[in-house]
Amino acid sequence: MFKVRVIPCLDVKDGRVVKGVNFVDLRDAGDPVEAAIAYDAAGADELTFLDITATHENRGIMLDVVRRTAEACFMPLTVGGGVRTVDDIKTLLRSGADKVSINSAAVSRREFVKEAAEKYGEQCIVVAIDAKRVKRAGGSDRWEIFTHGGRNATGIDAIEYAQEVVALGAGEILLTSMDRDGTRQGFDLPLTRAIADSVPVPVVASGGVGNLDHLVDGVREGHATGVLAASIFHFGEFTIRQAKDHMVRAGLPMRLDP
Amino acid sequence: MTVAIIDYGSGNLHSAAKAFERAARSMEDPQAIKVTRDPDAVYRADRIVLPGVGAFADCRRGVDAVDGMLEALTEAVRVKARPFFGICVGMQLMATRGKEHVITEGFNWIGGDVVKIEPRDENLKVPHMGWNTLDMVREHPVLERLPLGPKGRHAYFVHSYHLNAANEADVLARADYGGPVTAIVAKDTAIGTQFHPEKSQRFGLALISNFLKWKP
Repeated sequence: MFKVRVIPCLDVKDGRVVKGVNFVDLRDAGDPVEAAIAYDAAGADELTFLDITATHENRGIMLDVVRRTAEACFMPLTVGGGVRTVDDIKTLLRSGADKVSINSAAVSRREFVKEAAEKYGEQCIVVAIDAKRVKRAGGSDRWEIFTHGGRNATGIDAIEYAQEVVALGAGEILLTSMDRDGTRQGFDLPLTRAIADSVPVPVVASGGVGNLDHLVDGVREGHATGVLAASIFHFGEFTIRQAKDHMVRAGLPMRLDP
Repeated sequence: MTVAIIDYGSGNLHSAAKAFERAARSMEDPQAIKVTRDPDAVYRADRIVLPGVGAFADCRRGVDAVDGMLEALTEAVRVKARPFFGICVGMQLMATRGKEHVITEGFNWIGGDVVKIEPRDENLKVPHMGWNTLDMVREHPVLERLPLGPKGRHAYFVHSYHLNAANEADVLARADYGGPVTAIVAKDTAIGTQFHPEKSQRFGLALISNFLKWKP
């Protein structure tokens, strides 16, 4: 039976986990490889690294992190952040990433998605969508794409954009609600559901998880096939296993392999 | 003993190599894992692994682009009877034909076509991306001591096409994804998995260990 995925996400800057990870006795709470090993052992279904390194010179550090993670963890790894060229994708895949997530580069040039998918296959091209609810005078609200961490409006409709990138070859959508990100109020469920129901590929919900019911809601109400969270796992509030047990109790199919 | 992992420019060799190294380390007789694009090294290897991600036609072109690789591979597996492990598209290439976008010839070691999966349940997304259980169709040394079935272990899949085997005897295990999906095939000294053992945590490493121990 096919299972729902629970995916911890680590923000990495200059080779260090932003804010650290404190859920187990790590020798170094800021080492992404140690955190990855701990999540692997804890039964996470996938792992996502988001590289928020500001300078180009430090990008190589991320490749080393990916390489060392792939040497130690035999689980699926998605890497995103600053992916702009087909060559960026190639070096990440070669370093050990299984999927590469593209964000603003796809917003500014859609054809990039097509080039990437044709070269490496749709299965490894994730398009990350950061969306925000926009009020419209006299009309219904809609969600628009924002870039640069939610600061830059693009005026692009999120649902249309999702359909477009999937038609170009995106094999998965990583959907983050910029309204909910960091709020701990749960996923934006209408947004998640609207996107998930309008594309044939898997949608991973992200942004806003504050408790374990939110994970259940993302799947049941949001129609996501994977749920991504960061802080509830990183700071020891809940373990991966607690999250999965909770989802099992709610009737969702989960992988509980030792 | 050497295990050749064929490098023909396809995606993620690093993970496959590391997983085989890890599995090999825990074995009694050490086996050297060698990533290679040298047909001669493939021909001389004791075991051969063909990974593959991306589109069928692309991977086929990649194999053909290495001068003498297909000949070395065919000779080693089909004549010298060396154990072979195809992973994902590396498994699909064992089929007669691939039908992803265009029709492409496979190695024709296993009769059947590689066709798009079409889950009957419209809520199921394609690609089939994530963890699924496996149902055993027939026993095989590479499946020894691996708990399969609905309560068994999970394997990690990422694919939109699968090998629709013409001969039921060539199928070792299936997954259910709104209908049967071919998960493991085997014929003579060759096996192939649609899923990624190198990404399937402990279950994947155990399967790789079984392959490394297998003496067909």
